[in-house]
Amino acid sequence: MKRIDGRKPDEMREMSAKAGIIPRADGSGYFQIGNTIAYAAVYGPRNLYPRFLQDPQKGILRVNYNMMPFSSKGERVRPGGNRRSKELGLVIEKSLLPVVNLYEFPNAVVDVFVELPQTDAGTRCAGICAAAIALADAGIPMRDLVAAVSAGKAGDTVILDLNYEEDSAEEGADIPVAMTGRSKEITLLQMDGRMTAEDLRKAVQLCRKGISQIIAVQQKALQEKYAP
Amino acid sequence: MNKELHAHMIKFLERGSRYDGRKPLEYRDILVEYGIVKNAEGSARVKIGETEVITGVKLVVDKPYPDTPEQGSLMVGAEFLPIANPDFEVGPPGIAAVELARVVDRGIRESKAIDVKKLCITAQEKVWTVIVDICTVNDAGNLFDVSALSAIAALQSTKFPEYADGKIQYGKLTDTPLPLADVPIEVTVFKIGKSYIVDPTPDEEKVYDARLTVAISRDGRLCALQKGGDVALSEDDIFAMIDIAAEKQHELREKLEG
Repeated sequence: MKRIDGRKPDEMREMSAKAGIIPRADGSGYFQIGNTIAYAAVYGPRNLYPRFLQDPQKGILRVNYNMMPFSSKGERVRPGGNRRSKELGLVIEKSLLPVVNLYEFPNAVVDVFVELPQTDAGTRCAGICAAAIALADAGIPMRDLVAAVSAGKAGDTVILDLNYEEDSAEEGADIPVAMTGRSKEITLLQMDGRMTAEDLRKAVQLCRKGISQIIAVQQKALQEKYAP
Repeated sequence: MNKELHAHMIKFLERGSRYDGRKPLEYRDILVEYGIVKNAEGSARVKIGETEVITGVKLVVDKPYPDTPEQGSLMVGAEFLPIANPDFEVGPPGIAAVELARVVDRGIRESKAIDVKKLCITAQEKVWTVIVDICTVNDAGNLFDVSALSAIAALQSTKFPEYADGKIQYGKLTDTPLPLADVPIEVTVFKIGKSYIVDPTPDEEKVYDARLTVAISRDGRLCALQKGGDVALSEDDIFAMIDIAAEKQHELREKLEG
């Protein structure tokens, strides 16, 4: 089966990644997959106010997700966020949290800002990939990298890394999955659409394969900055 | 304001030097890239030194304002994205972002850069609205000049999308460029102590006394001004700063195509 853009079912779009592209930030990452581009910047650990938000046991991870007004394929996106961007900020945060050690930063916050200048489906996954690079670049203690990609369905076939047309197809499903680099533990799993449990298993397995490839791209980006 | 830094910088500038080794009226390297966002009708990335801004243009069809029934309109917004500076916060634009957007807007509007009469589709019913969104990526100083340059570059790269039966086909661009009648350039001159500088670093922005943004059209006429900062300027200051801007604008202009 050939897909709309000619890819094989388990073939991801072309990727590129960079570390340290925002010099003002404490850490930053860039991740492009097909026509989806994500920037992530890390500021912190820094003081957290108001004080009732502080945790004396450990630092807090805070993620904000934002699409630039001109980033969408259709109409302009009104600036200022909405319910969708709030939820995506939350699930990106939860997908990164298991690998970061925040016990060294009690009462502090580590802010991660994800910005999308250009989108073609898979933005939360691209955001996670950029954010993991940014956290590593910022020197936040991490036990592993995290990467994410989505799987779905086109006709009867389970496919990896949906583009916009595949994502918005009437009969289909969209399953974003994030995993840790080495142990392949799942830190993000969402789904919309209809699918059998059997197909879901196939989808997760496809994602696992894809995530291994993404991790290699992230590692290369970090090596290019720190061990060129 | 940091008094020690202010005093030290004044001494430094009086000897004609800056912390990063530049001369007072020297810009950092300027880079303009066109068409960097596929989903926008026009876009540009401008870097001056490490400061980076992305601007995108979206076109929409609206009803014209009742007082200008045969003219399209222009909207300029600036998002001080929190990736760019540790002090930028998530949320609605603060006063600094609003001022910047309005100063960039005035440069474009008052130079009549966009021929708004050519944006009319059906008088009193349908006109094009040009929406310019300025997004900061990295703030290493001088967001005013970088933003203004990226806005005009994004407009230069803008093509109309296909439009039929009252519907815009986003993603399908025609070959018709936006009708541009002028190309305004904005140069901001800063005063610290008795010295004038352009293209400040974040340190210099922390301690400047006053600034003047000057928008200059292609034929060298002034088309917008904005004085900022906490300290007053003399008439001599103002005209000295305008002279500097008039000279420096060429360096920015030559980085643009056409």
